[in-house]
Amino acid sequence: MSRTFIGMPAFPKAAAVSTQNRQMRANLTHATHTIRDKRARAVAELDDWAELRLAGKQIKDRTLARLDEYLVQAEAAVTAAGGTVHWAADAAEANRIVADLVKATGEREVVKVKSMATQEIGLNEALAAEGITAYETDLAELIVQLGDDLPSHILVPAIHRNRGEIREIFRDNMASWGRPAPEGLTDTPADLAEAARLHLREKFLRAKVAVSGANFLVAETGTLVVLESEGNGRMCLTLPETLISVVGIEKVVPTWQDLEVFLQLLPRSSTAERMNPYTSTWTGAADGDGPSDFHLVLLDNGRTDTLADQVGRQALRCIRCSACLNVCPVYERAGGHAYGSPYPGPIGAILTPQLRGLQSEVDASLPYASSLCGACYEVCPVAIDIPEVLVHLREKVAEQGGAGHRLERAAMKSASWLLDHPAAYSTALKASRLARGVQPRRLPLPGAAKAWTDSRDLPPLPEQSFRSWWKERTPDQSDRNKPNAPNARTEPTDRDQQDGAN
Amino acid sequence: MRVALFLTCVNDALYPDTGRAVVTVLERLGVEVDFPTGQTCCGQPQYNTGYRRETEPLVRRMAEVFADYDHVVTPSGSCAAMVRDNYPRIGARTRAEGRGTALERAAGALVPKVHELTEFLVDVLGVTDVGASFPHTVTYHPSCHGLRMLGLGDRPRRLLQAVRGLNLVELPGAEECCGFGGTFAVKNAAVSTAMGQDKVRNARSTGAEVLCGADNSCLMHLGGLLHRQDEPLRALHIAEILAATEDLPDGPPTRPTNGPTDGPTESLVVSA
Repeated sequence: MSRTFIGMPAFPKAAAVSTQNRQMRANLTHATHTIRDKRARAVAELDDWAELRLAGKQIKDRTLARLDEYLVQAEAAVTAAGGTVHWAADAAEANRIVADLVKATGEREVVKVKSMATQEIGLNEALAAEGITAYETDLAELIVQLGDDLPSHILVPAIHRNRGEIREIFRDNMASWGRPAPEGLTDTPADLAEAARLHLREKFLRAKVAVSGANFLVAETGTLVVLESEGNGRMCLTLPETLISVVGIEKVVPTWQDLEVFLQLLPRSSTAERMNPYTSTWTGAADGDGPSDFHLVLLDNGRTDTLADQVGRQALRCIRCSACLNVCPVYERAGGHAYGSPYPGPIGAILTPQLRGLQSEVDASLPYASSLCGACYEVCPVAIDIPEVLVHLREKVAEQGGAGHRLERAAMKSASWLLDHPAAYSTALKASRLARGVQPRRLPLPGAAKAWTDSRDLPPLPEQSFRSWWKERTPDQSDRNKPNAPNARTEPTDRDQQDGAN
Repeated sequence: MRVALFLTCVNDALYPDTGRAVVTVLERLGVEVDFPTGQTCCGQPQYNTGYRRETEPLVRRMAEVFADYDHVVTPSGSCAAMVRDNYPRIGARTRAEGRGTALERAAGALVPKVHELTEFLVDVLGVTDVGASFPHTVTYHPSCHGLRMLGLGDRPRRLLQAVRGLNLVELPGAEECCGFGGTFAVKNAAVSTAMGQDKVRNARSTGAEVLCGADNSCLMHLGGLLHRQDEPLRALHIAEILAATEDLPDGPPTRPTNGPTDGPTESLVVSA
């Protein structure tokens, strides 16, 4: 894959373009509505879903609170089982570790299990720079790779593509990556799956090295767990001689008993299945049974910094199910690429800015890429309050200032002052300044008026504010004569009038 | 029962008819309504845009203004949710930052008293038939904060179903956000508009004359889209439907019919 997310524009700019893409919008609406409805039915089958969700949340919180201990425990268990553990502070270090391990085998190609962690660190590009080709074997990742495209969804990276587009990608590009597409390929799912199966088969049988991520790392035994639907993961995890797994440090769960909760939460939330077709677990390395050389790369890459934030750390509970993407009205219309990261949608909007920081234009724009409708929180299987974290991150963006935020802060401050001085507020209302002030026309945001009126008319200004009508209706206001009440300040002072008139 | 109307800044300035409608409905049901004029804004625009510190004086003000009332009623699920969900959060953060517990205590005293209008009618007064008459076809859009943060459930629909002459038709995709989202509407205008247009298309597909909601901020967004597209469908707050009777088909009069009328009238000059 030669394309990367580096240097993407801010979300509003990218989304202004992508929302005009009718084909993508139609593909996404169809796909997300189908999966969200199926998920709702799968979840409704269980009468203890709320308890499972709470358990999932609590297990993750308890683990994150003592993450250092569990990681050391996991390291000891993996080592005892014959594996080698590497610690990577950031993407560059993780990429270097993996590249060196592959080069040490003498191989120039690897097969990959679908992995968000390797997307996050840009592993395929880093390996390509070292002369190593990484072949994606997950069907949707394959479609993205063959199409020189970027993933747009956590579970279904090619969700923005439809069958016709996939047929063209296979027909035009399979030959340059290996076995070409069969003659007369149609766009039926069975035909497309068969073409992918034939194309991938030669890679599975040839590969000596595989790279994976993991859904879970069980600390007590050092066991890694991958859940999948297609079986390509099982091929990669069992056939090669060397297996390298890149795993974010937040993927740890203390015990096998804890897995019981997540093996129920994840499939139903993710693919709307009662259980996923393939659950692979592996512990260390063994001769004559799967890979004889196993390496675990534990990845930090901003996770410890995220853990330090009391509000933001809940994002680390995420089990990458993608339920929040599938219900998000913003994701549905903007598409995944607008988020400028392998993690799109609501979870991406809180995870990316915490892992990467708020410095870049796109990362500082992500916390605002939400209407705060709360649908994501409702479906999250580990109860991440995404709207809460979004608002928390907006606070950080506003604090650091930057484009438009100094003006915004000044306006918010003066608005807060006015709203804390009812006499001045009343005066302002009378002068109708504030009535316009609460309209988008006068919002303290650059270009707000145009942004509103490009598509929407403004409401007409009423003849009279409610408070003015109320005053006429009830001349003897009972609440005006209470001493010490804030209303005691309703008599305008000179200062109020001066400032209120500005 | 001392009931205060917490109208919200958007309604006060732009939708006074909604405020008058709430007063009409509550008085018709025998409730004595007060409007403490010390109220301004709950601080939601500031808070949700990332200006938590700037909302603190407004939290304090809200707590003080409504301190002496048993119930506080607001015709906005969004502003009710701001108080119920975020005021305790703001108080707790203030405490965590070592700036005392006063704000948290003030917020804690206010929170249980605040009811969204349909909650107050159904839960506190125990009423679903408020004596309204509105012979029109209506479809209802449940705004997100009322739906998901307050859990208003079927309360608005039950109130509408009891209105004489009203034909309530189901809105497809009702629970999807309309795209207003406060400053989202201008910071991400393209996505906001795309969401709003889908909502409007769904509303139009019902054949309703009125798109009813319980949050004027969302209705400002949807009404703005409808008006731009010259749609006959009009956006209307549920309070105005509940206030309508056979004698007052368009809700309450816009000027007081009794009492002094020589108060200050406002001449509004809209600057370009």
